[in-house]
Amino acid sequence: MAAELNETQLALRAMVREFARDRVAPHAEAWDRDHTFPVDVVREMGDLGLFGIPFPEAYGGGDGDLTTLCIAIEELAKVDQSIAITLEAAVGLAANPIFQFGSEAQRQRWLPDLVAGRALGGFGLTEPDAGSDAGGTRTKAVIDPDTDEWVIDGTKAFITNSGTEITSLVIVTAVTGTAAGRPEISSIIVPAGTPGLIVEPPYRKMGWHASDTHGLTLSECRVPRDHVLGEEGRGFAQFLATLDDGRIAIAALALGVIECCLEEATRYANDRIAFGRPIGANQGVAFKVADLAVMAAAARALVYDAAALRDAGKPFKKEAAIAKLYACEAAVTATREATQIFGGAGFMDETLVARQYRDAKILEIGEGTSEVQRLVIGRALGLPVT
Amino acid sequence: MNIVVCVKQIPDPAEPGALDPNTKTLKRDTKLILDESDAYGVEMALQLADAAGGGEVTLVSMAPNNETAGLRTALAMGAAKAILVSDPSLQGSDALTTSKVLAGAIKRVEGADLILTATESSDGYTGTVPEQVAELLGLPSVTFAKSIAVEGSTVKVERQTEAGYDDVECPTPCVVSVTAGVVEPRYPSFKGIMAAKSKPVDELSAADVGVTAGGWAGAGQEIVAVEQAPAREAGEVVEDDGTGAEKIVAFLENLRVI
Ligand SMILES: Cc1cc2nc3c(=O)[nH]c(=O)nc-3n(C[C@H](O)[C@H](O)[C@H](O)COP(=O)(O)OP(=O)(O)OC[C@H]3O[C@@H](n4cnc5c(N)ncnc54)[C@H](O)[C@@H]3O)c2cc1C
Ligand SMILES: Cc1cc2nc3c(=O)[nH]c(=O)nc-3n(C[C@H](O)[C@H](O)[C@H](O)COP(=O)(O)OP(=O)(O)OC[C@H]3O[C@@H](n4cnc5c(N)ncnc54)[C@H](O)[C@@H]3O)c2cc1C
Repeated sequence: MAAELNETQLALRAMVREFARDRVAPHAEAWDRDHTFPVDVVREMGDLGLFGIPFPEAYGGGDGDLTTLCIAIEELAKVDQSIAITLEAAVGLAANPIFQFGSEAQRQRWLPDLVAGRALGGFGLTEPDAGSDAGGTRTKAVIDPDTDEWVIDGTKAFITNSGTEITSLVIVTAVTGTAAGRPEISSIIVPAGTPGLIVEPPYRKMGWHASDTHGLTLSECRVPRDHVLGEEGRGFAQFLATLDDGRIAIAALALGVIECCLEEATRYANDRIAFGRPIGANQGVAFKVADLAVMAAAARALVYDAAALRDAGKPFKKEAAIAKLYACEAAVTATREATQIFGGAGFMDETLVARQYRDAKILEIGEGTSEVQRLVIGRALGLPVT
Repeated sequence: MNIVVCVKQIPDPAEPGALDPNTKTLKRDTKLILDESDAYGVEMALQLADAAGGGEVTLVSMAPNNETAGLRTALAMGAAKAILVSDPSLQGSDALTTSKVLAGAIKRVEGADLILTATESSDGYTGTVPEQVAELLGLPSVTFAKSIAVEGSTVKVERQTEAGYDDVECPTPCVVSVTAGVVEPRYPSFKGIMAAKSKPVDELSAADVGVTAGGWAGAGQEIVAVEQAPAREAGEVVEDDGTGAEKIVAFLENLRVI
């Protein structure tokens, strides 16, 4: 069972809650409408140490843990999923693998800026023809023996934080050889601005409008040999481990969304009058709100339970998948029901629950679809499912 | 430049508060937090120490149950250390006793050039503590500061008035009360929060700061009765017949708001 939050975690939650209320919430609607990536606010989050929470002080980090990072993501998601995913992806998908798998030289070179939020990293795993089946990566990297450089060719799809003005790198997975007849995958750090790394124009998305997402084309993109992350050929294992951590953080984001729905729906059900009484006087409405409270409580228990296991160094793969699956599906249900409670106002873009509704759907898709979570859970249960 | 900031730790205003029917004072058995009014003083002190190129900001607080949560917030913002006076014998202390306790604690801080407080707290808001502290310490005091600058051993204060502000000067050391909202208090960073855990908090008893007759016994005041505030009366509806704006202006002028 997840432990009660300690003093540090409570203090961080109070700080992020205030920051979210004062610096994010008032602008979130405009960022959503104008598809603005608010780089100044991201830098402020950097100054507050949010990007460094789980990393050691040696790299400028805060020496915290995954639980504490989850608290920050949860609080931000209550007001703006785009800001929350910017933090989650930068820490979970870019800085974390460099810290976990990178050589000391790679950590020294890249982490200080990522940890301080002066720079953002992207994680380029998905390809147009390899998503859930990420092992089917087609991007290739070969060594040019004359220059001892990797030459990378391929295409990546839907890569978060890959094209902001402060993006410093993208970690891309690529086939670098074969072992026992199977393609061998490596993760390679590609610095932003490397010739041959083409950042495609932003997508037209249904939500997460203030989050930065691009397709990437790698065309004879050359990086030095020592840019392979950690060991050559370990890419597949690396991204599986990276995604395990990331799932808990995404589930924390979903938890924040559910809590937002609960708070908004409770208020509206009390305030909105129809047939001469608050709509919450109808069981049909009140029961929906009650269900939101149940979803929030269940998601909270699953998220912080999984995070506590991870922080204690215990196995957590199944628990992470369970938390991600439940919290993200519940977030989609919660946003749909909250939108229903808001009636016509719920269909208006400027309504918070409407934005949360549009933004929530991707939670069942990114960092492993709900189906993939069920596969992971099924395998953990010992089923022969493939 | 060494600065002392008095910071009160109060029940979270976001949680519904309650009065203890026996003592007729606010219940303080929940977790206390930094009074937002004092966040401005802390911010101003940090800025002044920065501008002076160094020096320490020391916090002083009196609170029940050895409460430090509010102090940790201010330490996380950047204060160096804190003195907390917490003593069961102080329960029931009135504003004068509180001031004696704070003055006694401030005396223990060596080389304080400036003592900052808020103009009034968010929960008790008698607005009397700052001047009482100054009097007990025998120091000059300035109230309602909207900005403070220190030049050598002179403190220059813009003192907020109804019409604008007065320029006031006074020699250090002195007590200055800071108006709410005049600076933007920084958020405590995560590193600040982690660092605050190991910053020293000196916990003292009433006797340590020379207060022996505190609490109910020492109070020069008695709370005789507490009553519900009268329910808000219905507002005045101004029909706009073309002169609505003038009527509203007249109404506000009457209240002396504008
Ligand atoms: C806004 C956004 C941001 C993203 N950010 C990143 C990022 O930063 N980095 C990155 O690498 N990727 C990112 N992605 C990509 C995302 O992780 C993938 O879209 C996701 O993993 C699904 O892959 P796919 O789109 O190829 O779907 P597919 O794999 O083609 O799946 C299509 C459908 O089939 C189902 N399916 C597939 N295989 C099975 C099976 N074996 N059993 C049952 N059902 C199955 C899936 O669950 C899904 O419902 C992002 C996507 C979006 C939309
Ligand atoms: C008979 C009686 C009994 C009382 N019993 C209790 C009791 O048991 N427990 C209790 O908590 N209150 C009690 N009170 C209320 C208490 O006396 C006042 O709240 C307290 O003295 C401070 O007054 P204030 O908040 O009005 O300060 P103000 O004068 O409004 O405060 C101005 C500023 O002074 C500083 N300051 C004030 N108080 C403190 C402090 N404690 N620590 C650090 N800085 C401070 C802050 O910067 C504050 O913003 C009692 C009052 C009376 C009359």
